[in-house]
Amino acid sequence: MQEEYLLTMRRIEKRFPGVLALNGVDFTLRDGEIHALMGENGAGKSTLIKVLTGVYQMDGGEIRLEGKPMVIHSPQDAQKKGISTVYQEITLCPNLTVAENIFIGRGKGVWVRQKSLEKRADEILSKLGIPARSTQLLGSCSLAVQQMVAIARAVDMNCKVLILDEPTSSLDDKEVNRLFDLMRDLKSRGVGIIFVTHFLDQVYAVSDRITVLRNGELVGEYLTEELPQIQLVSKMIGKELEELSSLSETEEKKTEEKEILYEAEGLSSTEALPFDFAIRRGEVNGFTGLLGSGRSESVRAIFGADKVTGGTVRINGKPVKISKPVDAMKHGIGYLAEDRKRDGIIAELSVRENIILALQVMNGMFKPISRSESEAFADEYIKVLNIKTASRETPVGSLSGGNQQKVILARWLLTHPDYLILDEPTRGIDVGTKLEIQKLVLKLAEEGVSVTFISSEVEEMLRTCSRLIVMRDRHVVGELTGQDLNQTQVMKTIAGGEA
Amino acid sequence: MKKFTKKFSFNGFGQLTIPLIAIALLVVFNLIRDPGFFSIGISHNSNGNAVLSGNLISIINGASELAILAMGMTLVTAACGGQDISVGAAAAIAGSVFVKVLKTSSSISGVTVILAFLCACVVAMIFGSFNGTLVAVFRIQPMIATLILYTCGRSIAYWINGGATPTVTSSIVNAIGSFIPGIPVPTPVIIVVVMGVLFWLLFHFTSLRLFTQSVGINGSAARLNGIDARFIKLLSFIILGVCVAVSGCIGVSRLGLINHETLLLDVEMDTILAVAIGGNNLGGGKFKLSGSVIGAYVIQMLTITLYAMKVSSTDVKAYKAIVIILLVVIGSPVIKEKFSRFLARLSDKRRKVSVKGAEE
Repeated sequence: MQEEYLLTMRRIEKRFPGVLALNGVDFTLRDGEIHALMGENGAGKSTLIKVLTGVYQMDGGEIRLEGKPMVIHSPQDAQKKGISTVYQEITLCPNLTVAENIFIGRGKGVWVRQKSLEKRADEILSKLGIPARSTQLLGSCSLAVQQMVAIARAVDMNCKVLILDEPTSSLDDKEVNRLFDLMRDLKSRGVGIIFVTHFLDQVYAVSDRITVLRNGELVGEYLTEELPQIQLVSKMIGKELEELSSLSETEEKKTEEKEILYEAEGLSSTEALPFDFAIRRGEVNGFTGLLGSGRSESVRAIFGADKVTGGTVRINGKPVKISKPVDAMKHGIGYLAEDRKRDGIIAELSVRENIILALQVMNGMFKPISRSESEAFADEYIKVLNIKTASRETPVGSLSGGNQQKVILARWLLTHPDYLILDEPTRGIDVGTKLEIQKLVLKLAEEGVSVTFISSEVEEMLRTCSRLIVMRDRHVVGELTGQDLNQTQVMKTIAGGEA
Repeated sequence: MKKFTKKFSFNGFGQLTIPLIAIALLVVFNLIRDPGFFSIGISHNSNGNAVLSGNLISIINGASELAILAMGMTLVTAACGGQDISVGAAAAIAGSVFVKVLKTSSSISGVTVILAFLCACVVAMIFGSFNGTLVAVFRIQPMIATLILYTCGRSIAYWINGGATPTVTSSIVNAIGSFIPGIPVPTPVIIVVVMGVLFWLLFHFTSLRLFTQSVGINGSAARLNGIDARFIKLLSFIILGVCVAVSGCIGVSRLGLINHETLLLDVEMDTILAVAIGGNNLGGGKFKLSGSVIGAYVIQMLTITLYAMKVSSTDVKAYKAIVIILLVVIGSPVIKEKFSRFLARLSDKRRKVSVKGAEE
């Protein structure tokens, strides 16, 4: 019975101070199988992967590879034993060539023959059908190809188990498909692949089996074809899905009557071409378009995050000058940045300090928020937004992605903004939290706050926005309201069919 | 069950654990070596004042300049993720200005001393903002930026008094460097306390700590939350400038003269070390001033201990290095991690035993 599994993990336990991150989790992987590992943020997916790759040492349980028990001491050790990982962020060196990246750190001696390496690299690339040349600089390849090179590197190291941790989150559809072809190819060669992702569609497109975790415990292992998508979601979030469907039914969005809050004419920044934009009080609108279409750059210009180079801005009809973030904040604008780690959280500071940060800045340096006051604020928002944290003094960096995002939301909500800009607030976070954030947006709008919402998932924007501004190649190419707010119309406008 | 686990799990090192252990070990070591090492007596100095004396007093007194510089350096480290290596040279400039002003006035009164000190402060703050501008506006690595002043600072100090090393004879200046009549505590120690209180007030009545830590940990996020990172970095250098002026003036007052070549020589490295021993991340971010101050006293106590053991002054540096290697390695993340894991396992065992006991 044991023999048919490539990898078995039995009763894995991992404890962190105050938290039981994995509580007796089982996981099995067969030869030539693509196995999706699913769960909300904080479910224990990353912890399980990190135990398997030797980043963490488990506190209990057993790992067997091809039937033999083994202990994994470090990531290098895992790699040696045939377990390779490709992470979401490319961890290779963009300023080296593809060949160098494939072989880096694996040379047997100091002297390596460049030519023979390049030849070998080309063989591997063509075998796997990766559209890159060995002599090309890695940085000059698209993200998808870089991702594939990382996989090629792993595969060439004789890996039996390949872990793909959110490999698709920065890829477009075409690139995703290419990656899937590669995964299927590896599968046919007998490699066992563990696929971690948030995109449900992708799970169904490529995986054979699904293991679901929740709160550090195993929910179950299922054959993909036997588990309908809706059930998968309910297993992940552990509640029935009526809420989800009820949300999408609150379609009537009434805004037209309200007065205009913010208005920009010919606004431009070092990153954004001039554009016109306006939002009414209590309106939820959105910028949509492909990655790189300029949607993020536009909202950054509104907030003064990049150097503003031109245009006039009016708030409540009065002309104002917003040239840096603090100006925008003083005019009641909040901005949740796209890159949570780089532009959002102050990782080593506590949840409490992260929550009060923006309000403190607005109060100014000489009016510090007292300790007791800040504790009260933190407690309030931890409760309101249901932030899962050990305490308000926990460093925010140790929270799961979704909860970090909630902390940043709390930070802006605490400033009681009139206008909140949310750039990809739901990226890389779990279904349950996504839903909570969408609900929150609609609730804020009801209370009269204007919200600009950006998301890569068009469906999500259709659910929340009453107006969509469509961008292509850094220009606004269309504006959709009312009847036109549907997937096909959005796609057409993005593609330039009827713009 | 969850509560139970929490109560017994190990919460990791506090930032002050290592420097406090270091102090404690040094104290114990000295007590074993010489039980009377820390005895404090009252003696009469040349002016006939009753003053405290003893090794402990000279340690605390001797570390004053270092402690004050370490406070300022902590702030620069936290905001900029780098260190100012020009503090010794800048202190020589500040000391020279202090003496220059005193020398130009006909008679030295309390007012002239205050004036001279304020002039030294302003000059040190100007040099601080020079460093700060290079770091904050031109984004030069702090060590490179301050290398400029490190190189030329003592020459500038030389020019201020025309190459001479003038002496200052004034009872007021003497009191700053030693004792105020009627007060048995050395004046530099009192100044350290005053500086400590000023910093405490600064952090209590402004949000400088939060802003500095935010800038140090994640400059990009801090900027998008409206914090002016450049201003915070510049400010940290200006505040360090004040610390430089204060310690420069103390140094001058101790000797009653300015020697631009030797005043606080090599203090910058000890200052950085004090910050590091205090458990502060030299890469910036979270910080504790108290840690750096304790770090300064650790360094001074180590030096005095070695001297008391009759180690020759040329050998002291080597012995100091050995102890410091130990401190830094013990405080390193790798050892900390290993140690917390060890403690966690220990508390685990204890828990298992207690659970078993309860079952029986």
